Amino acid sequence: MRPTGARLLNILVPVKRAVDYAVKIRVNPQQTGVDLNVKHSMNPFDEIAVEEAVRLRERLKEAVTSIKVVTIGPPKAAETLRTALAMGADAALHVEIPESAPAPEPLGVARALAAVIEQQRGAGNAVDLVIMGKQAIDDDAGQTGQMLAGLLGWAQATFASRVDLDVAAGAATVLREIDGGAEEIRCRLPLVVTTDLRLNEPRYASLPNIMKAKKKPIEKLAPADLSVDLTPRLETLKVTEPPVRVGGSKVQNVDELVAKLKEAGFTAV
Amino acid sequence: MAQCRLIIPWPAYRANGIRLPPARPRRFCPPATGTFSHSHPAARAFSTTAHRRIMDTTGFTDTQLDVRAAVSQICAPFSNTYWQEHDETQTDPADFHAALAAGGWLGIALPESLGGSGLGISEATIMMQTIAESGAGMAGAQAVHGNVYATQPLARFGSPAQRESVIPRVVKGEWRVCFGVTEPNAGLDTLRLRTVARKVKTERGDMYRITGQKIWITCAQVARKMMLLARTTPVEDVKKPSEGLSLFCIDLDRTKPGLEMRRIKKMGGRAVDANEVFFDDYEIPADTLVGEEDKGFKIILHGMNAERCLLAGEALGLGYAALARAAAYARERVVFGRPIGMNQAIAHPLADAYMRLEGAKLATYHAARLFDASKADTSITPHALGVACNSAKYMAAEAAFAACERAVLTHGGMGYAAEFDVERWFRECLVPRIAPVSREMILNYIGEKVLELPRSY
Repeated sequence: MRPTGARLLNILVPVKRAVDYAVKIRVNPQQTGVDLNVKHSMNPFDEIAVEEAVRLRERLKEAVTSIKVVTIGPPKAAETLRTALAMGADAALHVEIPESAPAPEPLGVARALAAVIEQQRGAGNAVDLVIMGKQAIDDDAGQTGQMLAGLLGWAQATFASRVDLDVAAGAATVLREIDGGAEEIRCRLPLVVTTDLRLNEPRYASLPNIMKAKKKPIEKLAPADLSVDLTPRLETLKVTEPPVRVGGSKVQNVDELVAKLKEAGFTAV
Repeated sequence: MAQCRLIIPWPAYRANGIRLPPARPRRFCPPATGTFSHSHPAARAFSTTAHRRIMDTTGFTDTQLDVRAAVSQICAPFSNTYWQEHDETQTDPADFHAALAAGGWLGIALPESLGGSGLGISEATIMMQTIAESGAGMAGAQAVHGNVYATQPLARFGSPAQRESVIPRVVKGEWRVCFGVTEPNAGLDTLRLRTVARKVKTERGDMYRITGQKIWITCAQVARKMMLLARTTPVEDVKKPSEGLSLFCIDLDRTKPGLEMRRIKKMGGRAVDANEVFFDDYEIPADTLVGEEDKGFKIILHGMNAERCLLAGEALGLGYAALARAAAYARERVVFGRPIGMNQAIAHPLADAYMRLEGAKLATYHAARLFDASKADTSITPHALGVACNSAKYMAAEAAFAACERAVLTHGGMGYAAEFDVERWFRECLVPRIAPVSREMILNYIGEKVLELPRSY
């Protein structure tokens, strides 16, 4: 039985529009980045985050008051929000940046998310739980969740492969994937969880839910509304393709092998 | 705040009986390190379907594109190997039907009040195209086609009891529906059909007894319901042959006397059964009648233009799938020290096939748009709609045939091997050329109705 007066959960899921995982990426001719004129979809780790939020609601029923998704990105990132809404999120927030603007960096994104969370708190929808991908598959920075927890002074449970919530106690038990094993931690809400691959397997949006998602609200904000500056602090000097792999060759015997290794600069330790 | 409780090394993690989630069989295959990489082969290995779709998608509505993206996702785990095996063993793709039903896709064009999504033929057509294009071909399309299309007259003309008892179950995938119109001696000349429904009074209430034969009934082996067209008044007793026919939504109860079905061996789409169905005084309750007695033909006519659009979409899907595959092969296959696609004798027929498909695509989605708009817009005449839908079906079927044939030829000897899929699609692309109306009959129709040439038959 749940003690009366227990907090109900508001979950925030930040998502990112990224180059689709199945696209073969190419460096652009100016060598400033990759060709972005290709299929985009929701960062797969973020899909896992949305799925986890929806599953938490399926498990905890009314204890989850709201699932809100947020993205910081160009106008087209609204498609990504629709996908999340079709998977089961209730509402969406789009911090829109111009198509031509440089991609925001983890610190900028974390600051914007912190501002969103502050704003939500002010509006009486205090966020208790942030679930987000451990990294995006485009820049693979893997920093935003940690930075966000740091900025907010919240607990963080990164690389989660299982999340159990105890709403009454305002705590979560999270199994984390770490080098060489798994680690189980218990932390208090509010909490930032970043998702690892094995947390769940995201659902396909059903047709009725895709149609319902079209009617769900997407609120639009500009970075200035949050008083955050998304100007990059890093400068990309050059992006190049990895060197083309050269095929190997067969050797007749050990002597030849050793000779070839020496030729290639390998020496015995 | 976060306090560490225990660290379990991996082997113990397994030994402790903590079940690891199964490896993802779909969507993306995680490399062991748990990171994604665009270049990692595993990220692509889960599907053999070409990711590159060649159809130009400008001009489609957002909803159509959403349908295309979402249906592609559902189809992705049903690989070409799956369809090759089901074709070879003639096994019904029941799990494919179930996957689409689970996502609510069978109700795409059915009313929301009955569990559907209330979209139009424009959306249903792109769904069928996407299914065929995924590699599933006509087999995949036919596994669901009847449920999407044959339920339309029921949704529109059925009684509330009929609608509510049947349609939600079809949408959920619990029941499957087949369409029973064609007869061995009444193919294109539907009005000559000889299957008779005789009304009788029994101790079980009013009944009809069905006697006759139906042919080319797709999915009859797995269907629970059949939309059956039968004659309730002899042709001699009606003013026009289009009168006296009635539509029924009947149970296919194989345990009852008077019902027999025989599977037809066929050229393509072998995963899906096509049948001869024999009725011999097969008894059905009188309340299975849909709409008014003797007015069945008008009800059936209503759905025919829609079916043309869906078939056109399916043909386009086959054509684009085959062409994309042929182009990929022509880029990679090296003969005489260069890719064969460098030879214009290979490249030009493929380029030509592409333009034919794009033209047919415009005709198809134009017809579908007209069909949907005609419900509210009275300026769209039945004539204009009929011409648009028939033309679209004709053009899409011919464009698909050209694309599939050239895809086989581009592959040379390998095009003849089942492993390369193009032979399967080639076998299947004959279906939209023949059904639901042959290309010759469409040419007759345009000649007569548009060009006002004298009728030849």
